[in-house]
Amino acid sequence: MDIPYTKITLDNGLDVIVHEDSQVPMVAVNLWYHVGSKNERPGRTGFAHLFEHLMFEGSAHHDHGYFEPLQRAGGQLNGSTNTDRTNYWEVVPTGALDLALWMESDRMGYLLPALTEAKFNNQRDVVLNERRQNYENRPYGLASVALAQSLFPSTHPYHWITIGQPDDLRAATLDDVRTFFATYYHPGNASLTLAGDVETSHALDLAARYFGEIPRGPVPPPVVVPDESMAPATLLLEDRVELPRLYLAWHTPAMFAPGDAALDLAADILSHGKTSRLYRHLVHERRVATDVSAFQHSRELSSLFQLAATAAAGVSLETLHDAMLDAVRLLASEGPTAEELSRVSTQVEAQFVYRLQTVGGFGGKGDQLNAYNVFRHTPGYFSDDLRRYTGVTADDVRREVDCWLAGQPALTLSVVPKGRADLAVAGSVPVEVS
Amino acid sequence: MSRVDRTRMPVPGPARSFTFPIMRRRLLANGLEVRAVSHHSVPVTAMVLLVLGGTAIDAPAQAGLMSMTADLLDEGSHGTSALDMSDRIARLGGDLDVEMSHDAAMLSFITLDRYLDEGLVLLRDVAVHPNLADHDFERVQRLRLERLRQLRDLPGALADRAFAHVLYQSHPYAQPGFGTSASIALLSVEDVRQVHRRVFRPSGATLVVAGDRPAEALLDAAERIWASWHPVDGDDTGVRDRGRLEPPTHPSHALSTWHRPGAAQSELRIGQVSLSRATPDYQALLLLNAVLGGQFISRLNMNLRESKGYTYGVRTGFDLRRGKGPFVMQTSVGTGVTVPALREALDEMQAIREARPVTADELARAQSSVALGYPRGFETVQQLARGAASLAHHELPDTYFEDFVPSLMRVTLDEVRAVARRALDPARWAVVVVGDLDRGGDGLDSLGLGAAAPVHLAL
Repeated sequence: MDIPYTKITLDNGLDVIVHEDSQVPMVAVNLWYHVGSKNERPGRTGFAHLFEHLMFEGSAHHDHGYFEPLQRAGGQLNGSTNTDRTNYWEVVPTGALDLALWMESDRMGYLLPALTEAKFNNQRDVVLNERRQNYENRPYGLASVALAQSLFPSTHPYHWITIGQPDDLRAATLDDVRTFFATYYHPGNASLTLAGDVETSHALDLAARYFGEIPRGPVPPPVVVPDESMAPATLLLEDRVELPRLYLAWHTPAMFAPGDAALDLAADILSHGKTSRLYRHLVHERRVATDVSAFQHSRELSSLFQLAATAAAGVSLETLHDAMLDAVRLLASEGPTAEELSRVSTQVEAQFVYRLQTVGGFGGKGDQLNAYNVFRHTPGYFSDDLRRYTGVTADDVRREVDCWLAGQPALTLSVVPKGRADLAVAGSVPVEVS
Repeated sequence: MSRVDRTRMPVPGPARSFTFPIMRRRLLANGLEVRAVSHHSVPVTAMVLLVLGGTAIDAPAQAGLMSMTADLLDEGSHGTSALDMSDRIARLGGDLDVEMSHDAAMLSFITLDRYLDEGLVLLRDVAVHPNLADHDFERVQRLRLERLRQLRDLPGALADRAFAHVLYQSHPYAQPGFGTSASIALLSVEDVRQVHRRVFRPSGATLVVAGDRPAEALLDAAERIWASWHPVDGDDTGVRDRGRLEPPTHPSHALSTWHRPGAAQSELRIGQVSLSRATPDYQALLLLNAVLGGQFISRLNMNLRESKGYTYGVRTGFDLRRGKGPFVMQTSVGTGVTVPALREALDEMQAIREARPVTADELARAQSSVALGYPRGFETVQQLARGAASLAHHELPDTYFEDFVPSLMRVTLDEVRAVARRALDPARWAVVVVGDLDRGGDGLDSLGLGAAAPVHLAL
């Protein structure tokens, strides 16, 4: 099982990857820039994502919205920003591939001449709306902000979440946009994938034709990770919620590092499906929680393992806290059973197969090839990645859970209804978020 | 290599022809209709069971009964436990989804091709032989009551409930499919058993299997495993189609408000009772919607988001069902711009009827956008299986997907303008605002919608 591909690197440093699949007459264009909120500086948080919005507002030779020509041509398109990277994609009918490449290359090469104060202010307003809608006006929405700022010191690139702080967004200027573009948005910091109904040599020619003229930019400055770390705190956040929820979080190995896959499987063993340990014990049998979740949030610089459980009415967060830690300790001492491990491995394998069905969009084959190219320098890492999971043994899971979770103090965050600080885990300190 | 001409954009070439996978059907002796779609791509199989009878058949005092039934289907079968069932699903690498819509239950299962038979057996056990045990019911009921409590904090869900309530009043589509604390608390496991017996029967149901095998092989596998589903005498299709009862033409109030002190945004809904999926105007409505609010480049989004910066996004949709479904505009806006945003939205919705009707260019753009992008909807086995099930759901012909693009392209400018005047009727609109009225409510009375009626539904 694999995603066959051809890769070349243009003279200006742009990686170009092509994968043929003519199941439907569509081609997926997928472009990654290796920049995310980790490349921001304090005082300008949220900027990488705000910048992503500006990429849809027109470029020098098409100073109108980016969506119109592509939607008219039957294309679908979007983009996203996280801590580590920014991606842009179009899925277009085969006949519109030239158009999509013309547009992607125009905004890579010639964005700034089309930039105006009015566009900038408009998209800042849009992003402030996005933040209110998805974080401030959503139950538990600010928990991720509290976790990030409490797990990482203020000088750490993961101290803030990608959406950023409202005051920082308001402080951003057009000069910031110009500097950011010059530093990060150029061929040497990007990876382009064309996946779908296209012949490889033709695709490579097109990529060279449209992107080859764009000059190579400077090597982006390295991301500096401070040595200092923060002692895990016990915190509380009051929010507009009916039911209190407890979060536990640990620092864990970075994406693709040893231990990452085992911890990913540990998360499934703890909370995926009714037979998972936490669901079975807390929701199904004891009925002390209404929901549980666990995940290994794999990232480039370092990862985060997070457990969460929402208390059933009248149940204390201490009850959940003890039960969650007990489950972690048990997994650390005895490891998963053979049945558990085979169950989660089958699920992972199936998910890998399902992902092969789509060429485009978030998580489609084009996006996967770029992810492996940017983070592993190997677009064909698909089968290695699968083996990373199928090779995990019960003892690997036990050892990694012991090393990173059971053997380390967790950050504890109680999210409680407004005015009910008394419902938080004992000894919790209020955390300020905005 | 020639230099790129940046003075003009490339004109897209002609669309490559796309042939829709052929759907095969077989009617089993027990009345179940099986449909198969062969798709040679990745070794994955998707199956969908469609059973008519959705949340609209809940009696008013029993709101939430069908969705509770849906929740209980995967809580074990043939006497084995809910945990066993969950384990079985996981061992097939499977993903089971039970969706209870207004008019139908749709059970979807995806698994690897090598587990085709096991998957068909599992789906049958879930749909036909659920335990519906007392202790599982009691647990699921408690979880549902907790979820309903949490719903109070989800402004979008509050707005959706208020909107359906104001539009549909005593019509079945007014009922919250998820139920209310009061209705859920009164349900019993015996209610669930009865409605399951009544609704889950082979006649009138459709099973779709899509996967990487010849269609005949998929049909044979489905027949082998589903032939044992016992038929039930009598046709109760009419009872199951309560959504087709005639809804009220006008909302109970033109303007309804739900006050949430301190809310960071206002959730807005504007819309009306619209048409059923059977309308001959379907393609024209789709195109009208694309121009008005169905795409990023629609009038509403370009105005409220890209010009004014009032919102992260706005969209409209005709939610056409077996009965007359709603047309709705929905968005979340900054509290301080609640009234200006409503004014702009109302203005755009009115203008497209008369003052600024759909232009020839807008129509051409909407047509090419929808037509050229159409093959994207047929890439995965899940899409194919759900597509085939939707034909059964809405009683559409087997040739529907083949005919869709030609019929879309036949819609004329006159037709789309006429449909805008017919399908959008300001006198029938309901406006719902869920937000902090102390900070965002000033000026609501200037919208010409009369006095605001406060709504505060019990959840």
